[in-house]
Amino acid sequence: MTVLVVIFVVYNSIIYTQGTSNNTPLMSEQAIKGEKLYQENNCTACHQFYGLGGYLGPDLTNVISAKNKGAEYVKAFLNSGVKTMPKFNFTEEEKEAIAQFLTEVDQTGHYPIVEADKKASGWVDMKYKNQ
Amino acid sequence: MRKISFIFISLSLLALIVGAIFGTLAGIQYVKPDFLKDVITFNKMRPFHVSTVIGWIILCATGGIYYYLTNVLKLNLFSKKLAATHLSLFILCAIAIYISFATGKMGGREYFAYAPIISIPIFLGWILFGINYFKTTLTQVKNWPVYLWMWGTGIAFMMYHLAETNFWMIPYFRENFIKDITVQWKSYGSLAGCWNMLVYGTAIFLMSKIKNDENIARGKKTFFFYFLGLTNLMLGWAHHTYIVPTQPWVRYLAYGISMTEWVVLISIIIDWKHSLSQEKKEGNCMSYKFLMATDFWVFVNLIVALLISIPYINLFTHGTHITVAHSMGTTIGINTTILLASVFFISNRENSTYLAKHTKLLKVGYWIFNISLGIFWICLLLGGVEKSIWMYFTDNPSTFGEMQNKLQPYMYVFLAAGYGILIGILMVSMPLLSVLIKKKNT
Ligand code: HEC
Repeated sequence: MTVLVVIFVVYNSIIYTQGTSNNTPLMSEQAIKGEKLYQENNCTACHQFYGLGGYLGPDLTNVISAKNKGAEYVKAFLNSGVKTMPKFNFTEEEKEAIAQFLTEVDQTGHYPIVEADKKASGWVDMKYKNQ
Repeated sequence: MRKISFIFISLSLLALIVGAIFGTLAGIQYVKPDFLKDVITFNKMRPFHVSTVIGWIILCATGGIYYYLTNVLKLNLFSKKLAATHLSLFILCAIAIYISFATGKMGGREYFAYAPIISIPIFLGWILFGINYFKTTLTQVKNWPVYLWMWGTGIAFMMYHLAETNFWMIPYFRENFIKDITVQWKSYGSLAGCWNMLVYGTAIFLMSKIKNDENIARGKKTFFFYFLGLTNLMLGWAHHTYIVPTQPWVRYLAYGISMTEWVVLISIIIDWKHSLSQEKKEGNCMSYKFLMATDFWVFVNLIVALLISIPYINLFTHGTHITVAHSMGTTIGINTTILLASVFFISNRENSTYLAKHTKLLKVGYWIFNISLGIFWICLLLGGVEKSIWMYFTDNPSTFGEMQNKLQPYMYVFLAAGYGILIGILMVSMPLLSVLIKKKNT
């Protein structure tokens, strides 16, 4: 029993401190503000990051760096109420914050992963950003 | 104590029905984006649906455990007061969650979209449940059968992982997006593992009681599977986040652990062959029937789960409806069938004549439920394949909107099947509800 608890504690601490780290710089205050708006409006019901989230809208991981898209494009989308997307009433400042949040998410990696090294063992080596 | 269990279970059935209604309402947006868009906005309907059906699983499993401990295993519950407080807390939480969604004061985390403050009373409720459970079982049962281990494990880990879902509020996690999203999905994977412990424990309990064979809950093999489940609960989560750029060893480990589940699959096939030769007719007809349905759904869902846990395949299926097929297939096909079997088992003990009178309705409902679920599940798989082709195998992918349009035919059938599931659920749960509500007052 004690052994199990020790393993559990050690395993979790390693995961929290190292396993999930990444070379991307920490999020800025502005981006965290944007993330808060993203959460309060439950954008995740329709959108995904890294394919995680609801499927009614597109994945937003790399919407900033995608061809013909970017911060201005995102800002134009927010209050438009296109298709199923609700018509939000964000102020200019809030739109900036959301765009900043999406920009910093974009810097953490790629999704969908089109460039991956697939192995016969079933393993996939993927390309990281910032390394 | 019976009364408290019955309230838990009646509320859970209500949650199942209401949750299914929310689901079918939310689903309309997939086929008619503008239909009542402002009234049934998806970003509200989805959390209503998700939280309510999770409520079904949790409340039903909890009510069942309280009932089995006191009425079937004949243990003296440590404290009825604690159980009553647990129930009241959960009811208050449910109300608070609905208010949070209706007023739009959301936390907006997937699956935990309600205002984060509500997590505190929920957590408290689990502590009360834990105290009651362990105080009752540790003192009165010496040699624990596997279901007691499973229920205990589920409760204990539930507390930890519920706390973990809220780690995002700590700046250390929040500031690092990758850490945040990984720990978030780590906790979800483990939480699902926790309620699976409660629900699968219930399944083993039922099998041993229906067949009147305690060996089912005591054999070496049974405990081996329990440990395998526990390992997966603790370490298997990372197959949800293969594509998130975490450290490669995290993903390696998850791959290895996930593949141990093949053992489960092979064992099921062997057992299945074995049982085909034996004719079994038992008194608990509906309960037994639902467990047979579970058997089938475990089999088909495990195949999908194992395949999508292979990183090579996961690369293409992740982020598509195949993942939804997996989550719906397991929560509806496996968890719901087991829990319905559990409610049938209890209701049958309480009033078998009433259920016998409604056999026809129940049987038809059972088939409507299972067949609709099959169609629902296949639509999601096909829709997922279509989306995957759009994401990975198209040179000049069309826009997201065009891809959605292409999925429309599947979504129509998917929605229709969703209504079928709802009808099936109504047909089987109405008689159950009426047994429980009548008995509650006796
Ligand atoms: C009810 C579902 C829904 C909700 C909630 C929602 N969206 Fe959307 N969103 C959509 C859909 C659908 C599209 C795609 C429209 C199209 O191009 O056909 C979209 C498109 C977008 C796009 C453009 C993406 C691209 O690649 O073209 C951005 C950016 C966006 N949404 C941001 C947000 C943010 C931020 C929120 C929360 C404040 C949000 N959305 C909430 C449904 C939703």
